[in-house]
Amino acid sequence: MTPAGLETKSDVKPPLWLLAELTYRCPLQCPYCSNPLEIAKYQNELSTEDWVRVMQQARKMGAAQIGFSGGEPLVRPDLEELVQEARHLGYYTNLITSGVGMDEARIKRLKDAGLDHIQISFQASDEELNNFLGGTKTFQHKKEMARLVKAYEYPMVLNIVIHRKNIDQIRDILEMTVELDADYVELASTQYYGWSRINVDQLLPTRDQLARAEIVAKEYQERMKGKSRIIYVIPDYFENRPKPCMNGWGAIFLTIAPDGTALPCHEAGQLPIDFPNVKEVSVEEAWKDSPGFNHFRGFEWMKEPCRSCDEKEKDFGGCRCQAFMMTGDAANTDPVCDKSPNHQALLDDVERIGKLAEQESMQTTEEKPLVFRNMKNSKKFVAEETETN
Amino acid sequence: MNINKADIPEIAPTFRFQWEEVQDCYVVLYPEGMVKLSGSAGEIMKRINGEHSVDTIIKDLETTFSENKLEDDVIKFLEVAYDTGWIRNKK
Repeated sequence: MTPAGLETKSDVKPPLWLLAELTYRCPLQCPYCSNPLEIAKYQNELSTEDWVRVMQQARKMGAAQIGFSGGEPLVRPDLEELVQEARHLGYYTNLITSGVGMDEARIKRLKDAGLDHIQISFQASDEELNNFLGGTKTFQHKKEMARLVKAYEYPMVLNIVIHRKNIDQIRDILEMTVELDADYVELASTQYYGWSRINVDQLLPTRDQLARAEIVAKEYQERMKGKSRIIYVIPDYFENRPKPCMNGWGAIFLTIAPDGTALPCHEAGQLPIDFPNVKEVSVEEAWKDSPGFNHFRGFEWMKEPCRSCDEKEKDFGGCRCQAFMMTGDAANTDPVCDKSPNHQALLDDVERIGKLAEQESMQTTEEKPLVFRNMKNSKKFVAEETETN
Repeated sequence: MNINKADIPEIAPTFRFQWEEVQDCYVVLYPEGMVKLSGSAGEIMKRINGEHSVDTIIKDLETTFSENKLEDDVIKFLEVAYDTGWIRNKK
């Protein structure tokens, strides 16, 4: 499958992280989901045997961490079997879940299978908002599951995606994580990809909100030192330098989408680039030889201002998907960087949304409804795409 | 952390310590992260099993590597390992 003229690059380092997106099915409908809008297109999920083969191949290359993710990974009835195989292969096994579809019997079975860690997501700290954002009644169940995760001695990460609708609750959210005895807390600022990108007008926090939230986050980081690690990073739309996305393209992260597409990150499927499928090629071929994975490796592909920038080895020019979404060319500098000619357009957009948020709070304008992440809405996007193509 | 030489450390259940063939070193694994250990750190961690005391570990290292006066280095590393939560005292 190696294309002519493209030799195996022996200097390509192995992946360390395998993100196994087992399914895009999910009982929740969070409007900030980073899954692709086209989730309805993913009908053919990899089989148990496919996943076992992928895990074996990636482990042999050197991957040490595996994340079982989705969608909601608990939807897959073979999850326990996959965890057991992963643990047997020597992976550190992470389950990234909403907690919906979990009960005590399953927590115990996963423990017996060798699962190392469970990350549970919460939408908010109060029942009403949590259930509204998730589009389901799940709040009490999640809390119950978090208590059981601790009772079964898993390290517990609580992940709360932060945006304009819940950022003012940050103190209550942190109090909840204290009460639930989380070992790690990720206050994950929404990143605007997939569903969150189409909802950005309703989700992006204002500068004032961010400033207030940061003070509270710092207070709790100080207070919980040694007991709980609290991670809080502000949305990169408010930064002047881009994030070193994925630590570099095809450097350490390998995502396998539910249909077997191998990607350098879980957002890269939106780029106009061909990516290999592990139903057709081995993980090693996909990682080392495929044009997709080699597309943005190294620095040769860069344009100005990245090409001659002395910070290029620090941030790799930022996020390729963000460059693509905002400028139409994935090889451009991430507009988060203030050296990018497109940075001003991003600032203008942030300002426009800030004004929108202000009008909303004064109730001088009617709020645009959120687009929830579900198969019905996805089918609409897929149909629209087919029409325009 | 004040380390007593009679303490018996064990790897905390929320961390995993193992040899990584491809990395050619011992590593500590935790939720979504991995720390690669230096050769000497790996040798110390390898001996932490909830049975050996700090004193036994030091003596074993000194015998194995035919060196004396390793105590300070070992204690210094153990302090870091306790602080980061990789190890804890067996109850």
